[in-house]
Amino acid sequence: MDLEFSAEEIAFRDEVRTFIAENYPAELRGKQDEGDELSKEDFLSWHKVLYKKGWVAPAWPVEYGGTGWSITQRYIFSEEIARADCIRLMPFGLTMVGPVIYTFGTPEQKAKFLPRILSGEDWWCQGYSEPGSGSDLASLRTKAERDGDHYIVNGQKTWTTMGQHADWGFFLVRTDPDAKQQEGISFLLIDMKTPGIEVRPIITLGGEHEVNEVFLDNVRVPVENRVFEENKGWTCAKFLLAHERVGIAGVASSKRAVERIRAIAGAEMEGEKPLLANPFFRRKVAELEMDLAALEFTELRTLSGMAAGHGPGPESSVLKIKGSEIQQRLTELTLEMAGHYGAPYFRSFGEGDNEHAVGPAWANKAAPVYYNTRKTTIYGGSNEIQRNIIAKMVLGL
Amino acid sequence: MDLSYTETQDMLRDSLARFLADTYDFETRKKMLSRPEGRDPGIWKALSSELGLTCAPFAEEYGGMGGGHLENAIMMEELGKVIAIEPWLQTVVIGGGALTAVGGAVAAEVIPQIISGDATFAFAYAEPQGRYNLADIGTTAKADGAGFVLNGHKAAVYAAPWATHLLVTARTGGSRRERAGVELFLVDAKAAGITMREYAMVDGFRGAEVYFENVAIPGEALLPGGIDLIERVVDEATIAVCAEGTGIARKLLEGTVEYTKQRKQFGQPIGKFQALQHRMADMLVDVEQIASMGLMGTLKLGLPADQRKAAVSQVKAKVARSIKAVGQNAVQTHGGIGITMELAIGHYFKRSTMIENQFGGADWHLERYEALTLPA
Repeated sequence: MDLEFSAEEIAFRDEVRTFIAENYPAELRGKQDEGDELSKEDFLSWHKVLYKKGWVAPAWPVEYGGTGWSITQRYIFSEEIARADCIRLMPFGLTMVGPVIYTFGTPEQKAKFLPRILSGEDWWCQGYSEPGSGSDLASLRTKAERDGDHYIVNGQKTWTTMGQHADWGFFLVRTDPDAKQQEGISFLLIDMKTPGIEVRPIITLGGEHEVNEVFLDNVRVPVENRVFEENKGWTCAKFLLAHERVGIAGVASSKRAVERIRAIAGAEMEGEKPLLANPFFRRKVAELEMDLAALEFTELRTLSGMAAGHGPGPESSVLKIKGSEIQQRLTELTLEMAGHYGAPYFRSFGEGDNEHAVGPAWANKAAPVYYNTRKTTIYGGSNEIQRNIIAKMVLGL
Repeated sequence: MDLSYTETQDMLRDSLARFLADTYDFETRKKMLSRPEGRDPGIWKALSSELGLTCAPFAEEYGGMGGGHLENAIMMEELGKVIAIEPWLQTVVIGGGALTAVGGAVAAEVIPQIISGDATFAFAYAEPQGRYNLADIGTTAKADGAGFVLNGHKAAVYAAPWATHLLVTARTGGSRRERAGVELFLVDAKAAGITMREYAMVDGFRGAEVYFENVAIPGEALLPGGIDLIERVVDEATIAVCAEGTGIARKLLEGTVEYTKQRKQFGQPIGKFQALQHRMADMLVDVEQIASMGLMGTLKLGLPADQRKAAVSQVKAKVARSIKAVGQNAVQTHGGIGITMELAIGHYFKRSTMIENQFGGADWHLERYEALTLPA
């Protein structure tokens, strides 16, 4: 056991670093620096660069387009991505439905969908939550009734992140209204251009259009688009949630965020001294770094266990709980650093529409990001649900 | 980077775990504690000369197996699981660690005695006024011909009554709290002029106040390295108690979960109540973080001094906080029975509470971390 990178691993790190420096889309970088809202094309521009290189889905099995990297290489890759402030790739295809399809899908489904997830040709969204089914996901009521070789889907989904751009969605629907809750659910892949689908925006506290409601009115879905057996969709749903939780910890990007806080608080003056010399503020930074180190090594232990053939099991709930709390604390500290300039609100409405903001650039979005980040302890199974999972699945209570 | 244990390391863990399962159940432990010397010396003999486990962390040139910090961490975690009252920390981690760092003739002579079980150590570094500042030393070592004469008072020295050797920090020069002039000495515990006021520790260990009155020691008793060596040895010891804490925290959680499955109130096992389930889920999160930090600390002990210290302080601060939460939640979940001597859980809690502040608590270590990594 040791923490040192081998010569090959260092060479790999340098290769990744150079690749990012030479290939990260300049236009995207410019918009990020300006704090502009990113379009679908912006998100896809980086996705496509990684796809061409063959690096877009490191965690996938090699036979479906994965890289075959070791745990260490994947660790290095995510560190370098964060270090260079690259945007996060949309997870709905790559880390959510993709693994479900290659694990549970038919050969035809794999052949049809996996290549287009990798290439970015299909933008995916998630149809899980409903207005009446949040934490109690299995109570969902969107129903799918057989009509020959189609399902007719009726119902309403919500919190559909980036659904406004989606070509395809993966939906949990009720196919047996008489079965026990978890046993009557199926996992459907739905073309978002099918007649009867309406996507309506939900605007969140930072002013952003990130999530949507999706209404389904007599939407016809071919039976061949059901993944796994009818009424066994909950198996796929649980599998997806466990996979999602591992990546959700966000260790590398949180490390990068602490670096930014250190840099800003080291320069931001409070009287004669930098804010970072304030004993209360520096204690919060030290505590964050401490908790982040604990999270990082918990993730490394989990990944190392996965390499040895375990999980990702319910212990990924630990990563979700701590990772999400840390992401929130980072935004709290940034808002605190912003001081007076946490208050002014300048909403960018796309290129050319920006009002000229006041105060330091990093402070502009401090409050909107803080508001938005309250989501991390709510989504992916709220942190209370994660505790239920630990109690039941890990502790056997 | 590689985070997997070797087969040898797995075997080492298994053989210690098996031995302790056979010899160190809660009732037997209680009997050991009630003996006049406060332990069963046969256990140490078995760990060393019979099972040969003490050779694991030492270099082959001393008759060891070529292991190191990771082997010590494995041992400390397993010893923690039975709250063993054995001087592994003092003898193998601290004594062995100091000798390994110094090398030379003294290491070649004494390490084999540690491996064979003939030498056991106590670490006399704390002083009544010094709190956790390793340089706040009033004990003096005055040069006297080729040797030194020791005078001073060391506080709450774990395992001192059992020790054949004492590692003593003392000042050859400089003023109180000055880093320069603090040195580490290897002293025969039976040397003339050493007196001990022996007592029991709250966690079941034996300890003593150790007084040095004109204790004449030879020149080679000084282990060269000064405060830097002492800090290194204490950092290694700090990580070792964190590893011990991993074992203890796991048992605190395990015992609590078991108890809530048995104990019924309102007509059902109390483990069915969500308030308690969430508390135990939080305990698991803390236990995993303790394990993760213990591992990180172990793997970072070889870094350059300032990086090592920063990492060790992150680890100890986190472990101190998490193990406090685990211990307190274990007792709270048990209810009244948790604060009695009756169940093992209370005894794990007693030791886990001492681990919080051993070699510095959360505040002390966060402050050291800040001083090393943030602008003044």
